[in-house]
Amino acid sequence: MNTTAIIINGIAVAALILAFIKDKDKAVQSLKMALKSFIKILPMVFIIIIAIGLLLGFVPPDQISRFVGEQSGAGGVLLVGMVGALMHIPALLSFPLAASILESGASVTAVAAFITTLTMIGMITLPLEIKILGKKMALLRNGISFVIAIVIAFIMGMIL
Amino acid sequence: MKPGENQAKQKKKMMRDWFILGMIIVIVVVILSVFPAKTEAVTSTSQEYFIEMMVILPAVMVIMGLFAVFIPNETVVKYLGKTSGIKGIALSILIGTLPTGPLYVAFPMAAALIKKGASITNIVVFLSAWACIKIPQEMVEFRFLGAEFMFLRLILTIIFVIIMGISIEKIIRWNDKKTSRSTGA
Repeated sequence: MNTTAIIINGIAVAALILAFIKDKDKAVQSLKMALKSFIKILPMVFIIIIAIGLLLGFVPPDQISRFVGEQSGAGGVLLVGMVGALMHIPALLSFPLAASILESGASVTAVAAFITTLTMIGMITLPLEIKILGKKMALLRNGISFVIAIVIAFIMGMIL
Repeated sequence: MKPGENQAKQKKKMMRDWFILGMIIVIVVVILSVFPAKTEAVTSTSQEYFIEMMVILPAVMVIMGLFAVFIPNETVVKYLGKTSGIKGIALSILIGTLPTGPLYVAFPMAAALIKKGASITNIVVFLSAWACIKIPQEMVEFRFLGAEFMFLRLILTIIFVIIMGISIEKIIRWNDKKTSRSTGA
């Protein structure tokens, strides 16, 4: 166990105790909901960890850094940003994936671009977004998000 | 969408995920039997990441479940619909960070907000904050990518999301004015 894990679990336990004191029925309902979403996300967790295992086991770090490392330049960052925008995995699971490519030689810029486009842009949910918010707003939001994700990524690359 | 229909859809999606996982496992077993030398590296890496995730994911799910039940979406819409200006933007970000569900959960809320007359800036900021500045996400990011990475990305994201919200409102207003003028003439 590490500090972050202990803190997160501590917060969860404290919140749970508070919830039980306040309203037992609602607390039980929350736990059921948590269990449901945990089971729902589980296959994706396995898929991601297998992907990470294969990635780090088979793809040599110099290959990863050639495509998305420091020397790959703006092209590599744009490419990872596109992949992030198209991928549809829970944001929670994007962080271990990002950590694994960072570990094997990807640049901070590329990793930041990947996470930011992945969380902010939803190509799969775009039709739904258009239906609810209208074409103009949905397209503007996703389009500008891509641009700012790339800008954020480059600023992060410069600072870190 | 009817709740029953939604549930059936969810179930189908779950089945699909498990099916994909099954396929992947079969493929991986085949690959690893061709390259037995790699087995050790792949399984130990996967195992390491699996443990990392299992020590935090259940807690994250509990926190998300608690928020979803104790702070219903209607409350969020009620508060956000009537606040504007800087206060509105701040509230949009704050509510977006609440640990409840993926982005598509927020779309119907955004629709309700539009009906309530919330500003475009607020809606865009709310949606974007909902998508990428959620507290459980930040915790997981902190764990896997470190404090510096997480805080810097958080601050930059907040700044740019606000700029984006204001710009989109300006663009849409300007565009509406232009079209109304041209149809009026």
